[in-house]
Amino acid sequence: MKSGSRLEKVLTAGKFAVTSELGPPPSADGDAIRKKAEFCLGKVDGINITDNQTAVVRMSSIGAATIAISCGLEPVIQMVCRDRNRIAMQSDILGAAALGVKNILLLSGDHQKFGNHPQSKNVYDLDSIQLISMVKGMRDEKKFQSGDPIKDHEPQMFIGAVENPFADPFEFRVARLAKKAEAGADFIQTQCIFDLPKFTRWMEMVVKQGIHKQVHIMAGMTPVRSAKALHYMKNEVAGMSIPDELIKRMEAAKDPKEEGVAICVEMIAAVRKIEGVAGIHLMPIGWESIAPVLLEKAGLLPRPEV
Amino acid sequence: MIVADRKPLDEILRSVAGFKKIMVMGCGGCVTVCLSGGAKSAEILAAEIRMSRQKYGNPIETVLNTPERQCEHEFIDAPKKEIDEAEAVLSTACGVGVQAMAERYPDKVVVPALNTKFMGYPTSHGLWEERCAGCGDCVLEWTGGQCPIARCAKKLLNGPCGGSHSGLCEVSTKENEVPCVWQLIHDRLTRLGKLDNLKVVRAPKDWRTSTNAGQRKVRFEEAEI
Repeated sequence: MKSGSRLEKVLTAGKFAVTSELGPPPSADGDAIRKKAEFCLGKVDGINITDNQTAVVRMSSIGAATIAISCGLEPVIQMVCRDRNRIAMQSDILGAAALGVKNILLLSGDHQKFGNHPQSKNVYDLDSIQLISMVKGMRDEKKFQSGDPIKDHEPQMFIGAVENPFADPFEFRVARLAKKAEAGADFIQTQCIFDLPKFTRWMEMVVKQGIHKQVHIMAGMTPVRSAKALHYMKNEVAGMSIPDELIKRMEAAKDPKEEGVAICVEMIAAVRKIEGVAGIHLMPIGWESIAPVLLEKAGLLPRPEV
Repeated sequence: MIVADRKPLDEILRSVAGFKKIMVMGCGGCVTVCLSGGAKSAEILAAEIRMSRQKYGNPIETVLNTPERQCEHEFIDAPKKEIDEAEAVLSTACGVGVQAMAERYPDKVVVPALNTKFMGYPTSHGLWEERCAGCGDCVLEWTGGQCPIARCAKKLLNGPCGGSHSGLCEVSTKENEVPCVWQLIHDRLTRLGKLDNLKVVRAPKDWRTSTNAGQRKVRFEEAEI
């Protein structure tokens, strides 16, 4: 075991894994974390705690993760390259590991222009692939990025990364995944999938190259509550692929929330059948309470003993 | 070349508000080519300042001079007499020219008329685009001659992020389309049959050669006296 986290155990045991997401509040309200944690307790193998997502200032991922741990959840802290240099990143990783965090997800991060401080200066000392390599080096080689040794208590993190099969250039998306695997990612969470045919094509290329044997690939799932949400993602979010049929289906629905759940359950069933998909990552953006309902309907509860 | 853009007139007027006689100093180098600070631009700016000050009953005298380059002492030493007679210098050079003037004329107020933007070149008539960030450790050899440090909003070295779409960067808007340089790099390396360049995991950059280690210097010993 690299980290001994529940997520690592489930994935290495070959069981279909489930993670969900918890967005920290834009305040110092710890109870907001406790309340959202309740929805997922005992129902997921790990809970992602986002890192100032869409570049909007929120409670720190590590701070919120510490509260999630006290609630009995196993957090997957997210860390983006936008806001910290390699010194701050390594320092935070040591701190997070000391606080009991065992999973980490490493990303480039949305550009600050999308957030509430577009005037800020971004960092990008490292890119996401270099960050993966650094965290692996800290864990496996017991070395800081500089090469200095970590004498003892190296941070034992299960290393996650992301990939967006719907961004361009499409052909490079598999090559980039391979680079993330080579750099040291243990698991991958994809961008939320609405375009199943495109995701299927991407997975075929992934399987053909055998990358699914190097990293556990978890398919990103987002339940939507309205056709408006789909329109927004299609038009405003870079690198999203939303089929028109899906929008029509949501527009025609009498109860859009129920239809959104039904679509998501169908999507989960569909990705489970795709070779190389080791689990799902649920991103119920602002609708955390729906996670247990979805997982129940998708037949993913109770979670396996590991 | 260095590309610069003129500051708003209001801001320039505020910076010369306390003076009755100024030298408006153009530059015959890059800013002449990018139409922001050459002799003609300096002359137009001087006329705008005079008219504005006249209008508010506070006339100002402007003297014009445009050396071949404002960033070399030998060129800016020539108009010393006129500069000494002016209360301040309004420079329409890039930030380098302004600083060369300030260094050469330590007792003179020197203020900038331009905002210096980047190193780049005109990609079409009237349009200049950024190309080089002066990072001090050039990567163009393996990127197909297109720079991710100057042209990627995240300075990535291992390929495009998840925000690249239809050839555009995620910071792109309808009003201001910004190409994804990694898409361009991918396209050009495909064309050159060198796509394998992108499969290599690139190590973290050593930013000490960039703007992080204090003011940089380049020394060419053979030219030293």
